[in-house]
Amino acid sequence: MEPLLSILIGVLVAGAVYLMLARSLMRFLFGLILLSNAANLAIFVSGRMTAGAPPLVPDGMDVPPEVVANALPQALVLTAIVIGFGLFAFALILAVRAFRSLGTLNTDDMRVAEPKEKG
Amino acid sequence: MSGAIVQFLDDRANYVASSSSSHGWVTPAGIIPVIIAGALFVWLVQALPVIADGSSLRYVWPWVPTLGVNVSFLIDGLSLMFGLLITGIGALVMLYSAKYLAGHPQQARFSLLLTSFMLAMLGLVMADNLLSLFVFWELTTITSYLLIGFNHDSAKSRRSALQALLVTGVGGLALLAAIILIGTVAGTFELSEIRAMPGVLTQSTLYLPILILVLLAAFTKSAQMPFHFWLPNAMAAPTPVSAYLHSATMVKAGIYLMARTHSSLSGTDVWLWTLTIAGAATMVFASVIALRQTDLKQALAYTTLMALGALTLLLANDSGYAITAAVTFLMVHSFYKASLFLVVGILDHQTGTRETTKLFGLGRTMPVTATAAVLAGLSMAGIPPFLGFIAKELSYAGSLEVASSAMFVAGAFLVASALMFAIGGIVGFRPFFSKAGPRMEGIKEAKWPMLVGPLLLAFLGAGFGIFPGLLEVYLVDPTVAAILGEPGLAKPLHLWAGFNLPLALSVATFVIGYAIYAFATPLRALLVRLGDRSPSFDNGWDTLLAGVLAGAKWQTRVIQTGQLRFYIMVTFITTLVALAGTMVFRQAVTLPVAWSPVGLTDWLVFGLVLVGTGLTIVTQSRITAIAGLGVVGIGIALIFVLYSAPDVAITQLLVETLIVVLFAAAALRLPRLGAEPLNERWLDAVVAIGLGVSVSLILLMSTAGPIDRSLTDFFEASSYPDAFGQNIVNVILVDFRALDTFGEIAVVLVAAIGIFALLRSKPEKDEA
Repeated sequence: MEPLLSILIGVLVAGAVYLMLARSLMRFLFGLILLSNAANLAIFVSGRMTAGAPPLVPDGMDVPPEVVANALPQALVLTAIVIGFGLFAFALILAVRAFRSLGTLNTDDMRVAEPKEKG
Repeated sequence: MSGAIVQFLDDRANYVASSSSSHGWVTPAGIIPVIIAGALFVWLVQALPVIADGSSLRYVWPWVPTLGVNVSFLIDGLSLMFGLLITGIGALVMLYSAKYLAGHPQQARFSLLLTSFMLAMLGLVMADNLLSLFVFWELTTITSYLLIGFNHDSAKSRRSALQALLVTGVGGLALLAAIILIGTVAGTFELSEIRAMPGVLTQSTLYLPILILVLLAAFTKSAQMPFHFWLPNAMAAPTPVSAYLHSATMVKAGIYLMARTHSSLSGTDVWLWTLTIAGAATMVFASVIALRQTDLKQALAYTTLMALGALTLLLANDSGYAITAAVTFLMVHSFYKASLFLVVGILDHQTGTRETTKLFGLGRTMPVTATAAVLAGLSMAGIPPFLGFIAKELSYAGSLEVASSAMFVAGAFLVASALMFAIGGIVGFRPFFSKAGPRMEGIKEAKWPMLVGPLLLAFLGAGFGIFPGLLEVYLVDPTVAAILGEPGLAKPLHLWAGFNLPLALSVATFVIGYAIYAFATPLRALLVRLGDRSPSFDNGWDTLLAGVLAGAKWQTRVIQTGQLRFYIMVTFITTLVALAGTMVFRQAVTLPVAWSPVGLTDWLVFGLVLVGTGLTIVTQSRITAIAGLGVVGIGIALIFVLYSAPDVAITQLLVETLIVVLFAAAALRLPRLGAEPLNERWLDAVVAIGLGVSVSLILLMSTAGPIDRSLTDFFEASSYPDAFGQNIVNVILVDFRALDTFGEIAVVLVAAIGIFALLRSKPEKDEA
């Protein structure tokens, strides 16, 4: 499964990059979500995949009896998902706010900080 | 701190200026610098007998011992001669300034700057450590900048000051680079140690870079062609500054540098020819242009250029005659040139003009000034028995000794000396005794503080000419020994050296010089006509500056397009080059041989995510795109479920739902997506696919290798025994890495506060 997922992550990255390079700020946000998903998956894959063996310690035992899934990347991905969500939510509201102020989501027209012709 | 002091002194000067009328020149701001300079002068005079014996004084304090940087001072013949000029002329100029600027609201600032300059210049010529020499070098540049721009309400002054700062600043940087190279080659920054290692620099592979950098520093500071243009412009400074900095002392710092490094760097063809050509070109060019000027101060500025060229030319050689001539000429030039500048300052101060076409017949009303002017002018013209004559004879003798180019060098000296003769007459004689124009009436003689300096300096030129022995024993011989690195090479100073070729050249100089003086006015008209047609270095400077500014604007326009897409593109391309480039150049691409079997469920999930991604990319509908994102999110959650990550799957599902809801809510307030023309996006697609492929390859290769599970093993082994948790992932999050989770919560909280603030704030319509 790791090779297949590796390819899938590549597809997600390609889609994310393509969307982030678009003019529309909303497409940029779509790309941001895809990129954060791709990153999470990449961390997950790096810890290798184990089917049907969640990292749990059964009752009455001190350690898992047999091989279980790698717990460390799971913990990292959990944190990453939440932080990615925080980033996305903030970026989304920033876009909404920018549209309210500027009346456009086309990044080519958002030039308050660096106007086209400076004297 | 220093600003506060300047302010305090300014206020003090204002107070003094208002409380005393025009005669009150005895102010603290006027007198303290004179006392400082005079005391230093006396201290240096005491060192004369010691140095004349052939020894030198060295004082060392460690500064940054780990880097081999000392504050070390060396007093030998060369630095003593410069030191005496700096403090001696300094004392006279400061006495002069006390009267010249009496009542000026910023006299205190002026005095502070002039005194700072004097100390910096003194440090420069006495520093034995190259790095401290550099610091003093830059300090003279800065004080010179501030003094040229002293009349800062004049745009011309500001421009001249900036020009001088930039030109000499470039030289300063070159000097720093040279010093670092010298330190690398010689292993020390102490000049006295470097000079004790003959050939250490000339035989090094870095000799040429070192030489170029040192000469760049010397030529910019001492205004050799093609860096000469800043010096005439520097005459925007008050006249005492011109006399002191831009004639007698600071502009000779470059000469000092060449003299100081003479024994370590000279003796090669590059040294000989660079200095000969630059010096000769500057000398002849400047003396011709000097004749063109009607402003006496400008004329003197160009003759200063001429003198600097002559000194450079003389320093090109190693012969005793040339170096003796250089040292003698340097001193006599400081005497008569400072004197003449001060005389021009007196004329300006008393009559209000410096135009040679207006100043006539002042000899009777200003007898003392006239005496100083005539004596200095005669010395400049090189007439016996003045010291200028001896210097000229030595220069001729020195140039005739240069075997390879004797006629060229002597010819250049002949032209320049003849023009000097003429200008000596124009400045020193014409304003006082010429009957070529109407006499100026009602002009008063200057007060004595302004007369002491020019008169004393002019008399020195005459006195040392008649009794050159004193000068020879105490100053010229030790200085020549210091420059050449061994004693006994200096030539004697004689007024009468017998009938020889230099004497014949002198006679020719007088004849040609007098002819030029007599026909100065028509010649000037001719030069003006010629000069208007030839390109000007000063305009070239403006073009250069404008070019630099245009280049900066162009660069800003190219790098900062103001387009978000451009910046993102640059980021992605950089990442792509870093990833793919590394793989290609290291030839690191090896695909895993064995592919583990993939089940039907895996394929289905794979297809689900693929479809979701595709949908998001191609659609123009917001709702479809959001749905596509939802599909992707659920697909990924399924992967987590299939591969033993239930906690992650729950979180992913929750977050994915929230994202879809938020997006759907926000989309109501946002415009439609709009079409993206595909033909404009092929580059985006190439970069995207390139990055995707790179990431895939990296993951394929990294997951094919072995994995280090030691951390996981630790967590598995200690999860229950240490933290009493059965869910290892949860234990990691809330126990082993609890601080991480705390940080994560803080991030979400900050994002929430930010969102709240953004939603509450009113849009500013005028922003758009």
